[in-house]
Amino acid sequence: MKLKDLAHSRTGDKGDIINISVIAFDEKDYPLLLQHVTALKVKEFLGETSLGEVTRYELPMLAAMNFVVQKALRGGVTRSLRIDKHGKTLSSILLEMPLNTPGYLR
Amino acid sequence: MIEPGKIIRIGSGAGYSGDRIEPAMELIKEGALNYIVFECLAERTIALAQLQKMQDPRLGYDPLLENRMKACLPLCVSNNVKLISNMGAANPVEAARKTAALANELRLKNLKIAAVYGDDVISLLNDQPYTFLESNDSVSSVENDIISANAYLGIEGILTALQQGADIILTGRVADPSLFLAPLVYEFGWPLDNYHLLGKGTALGHLMECAGQVCGGYFADGVRKHVPNLANLGFPIAEIKADGSFCISKLKDAGGMVTIATCKEQLLYEVHNPSEYLTPDVVADFSGISFQEIDKDVVKVTGATGTPQTGKLKVSVGYRDGYMAEAQISYGGSYILERSQLAIDIIKERLQLYDPEPDDILYDLIGIDSLFKEGTSDVAPQEIRLRVAAKTSSREDAVKLVNEVETLYTNGPAAGGGVSKSVTEIIAIQSILIDKTAVNPKIEYFNLDS
Repeated sequence: MKLKDLAHSRTGDKGDIINISVIAFDEKDYPLLLQHVTALKVKEFLGETSLGEVTRYELPMLAAMNFVVQKALRGGVTRSLRIDKHGKTLSSILLEMPLNTPGYLR
Repeated sequence: MIEPGKIIRIGSGAGYSGDRIEPAMELIKEGALNYIVFECLAERTIALAQLQKMQDPRLGYDPLLENRMKACLPLCVSNNVKLISNMGAANPVEAARKTAALANELRLKNLKIAAVYGDDVISLLNDQPYTFLESNDSVSSVENDIISANAYLGIEGILTALQQGADIILTGRVADPSLFLAPLVYEFGWPLDNYHLLGKGTALGHLMECAGQVCGGYFADGVRKHVPNLANLGFPIAEIKADGSFCISKLKDAGGMVTIATCKEQLLYEVHNPSEYLTPDVVADFSGISFQEIDKDVVKVTGATGTPQTGKLKVSVGYRDGYMAEAQISYGGSYILERSQLAIDIIKERLQLYDPEPDDILYDLIGIDSLFKEGTSDVAPQEIRLRVAAKTSSREDAVKLVNEVETLYTNGPAAGGGVSKSVTEIIAIQSILIDKTAVNPKIEYFNLDS
């Protein structure tokens, strides 16, 4: 099972920081998502795409989480060498994250 | 005296500088709007616009201003819809002057056009030893390369212009939600220190500022998330009451959809801590928001609030920061990984000959069917496109680098093709904070009388 089976997502950017929302398709899956999709797991999955901290904000009323990823764009959209300077494609990349037992490492 | 039960309808006419024009026209014609807002300024746009203005003082406003105005001004006049936009970019006064000239050509009368400016704070940069928020470097370290500094203004200038009867308002850099909040404060008489209401208006602005992105745009995934008629995506309408409760909807016949899911994705877009969404007007709190579908493609939004604004304004400082060199070459068939790696090795060794070597280099591998549509392998990729990107200090070095990729045609691995090259100047943006009291919005009017 992958994150995309339970959630949808959108990425935004400000400077060298991106945020990636993770929104449960069905609010009944929110507790499971809270348990398995932690800031640490997201940072591990993103690997070198996340050179800085990852912070998770929770919005239980919306069955959603918001991940803020520092140093994600190699210096920010105006200076980034990435083909996707804004990191917009990273939402669908994150949705590929496997949902396994706690402690899963890529 | 605000009429009880007063409702205001605002349309979002553009979510960025290059957005489609027809959806705004449809909204103005059929949306029964009071206001239409065009948000057309991305982070870097104003720095590029400033460069334009330095070459020609009559330019520096959004390049699509004239097309949008030609299409929308007559409709705004005949449908009694006021227009607010940051298409002024680096030159709101010339934008307003140009708009007035267009209105004249179109024989539109009784129009008051306002240019709201004062966001240009480049003269304030020497007042203090400012440091960039992002890197902690001092602003003085890039002193000689600075081309622009624009503060994100709040609602004040737009509000004054509305109070003085403006029909069309063109601004420079303003916080996006403020473009939507200003008319709400004007219409409902919300006190500027009622942060609860300002938070609600800011939530409305944030949901609307990217136009199609809340009503089905940037949502479909082709498999599970389906959106009807994307080619004719309608832009959104917000309908709001004096107590700050509002709905997001779209024209019934337009493509797209407004659902709880589309609203959730837009709500969190470009948000960090949802409890503290900072604007010049308020620190908005989105954490208690809930959405309710009250009809097909109509979503009610409640629960936003806010606390006092920080008294500081964010300023985007634009400065020249070297050059971006980018070149690509494709390989098809077999041994594509090997040939790409060989090409990379050659380029790396060639770059050691340069002094200094480029600051930062990236090698990417891209591709599916651009070289041969009849490829049949289900297993292995049939093609690869090598992309080399680097940052250099001089244009000369950037040109040398892209030429190293091009010379692979005769000096590199077999059967490389489709070389592309580009060299662009980097205009970087970093931010500082200044006191709100240091900045004063200014307004200039252009009137078309009857």
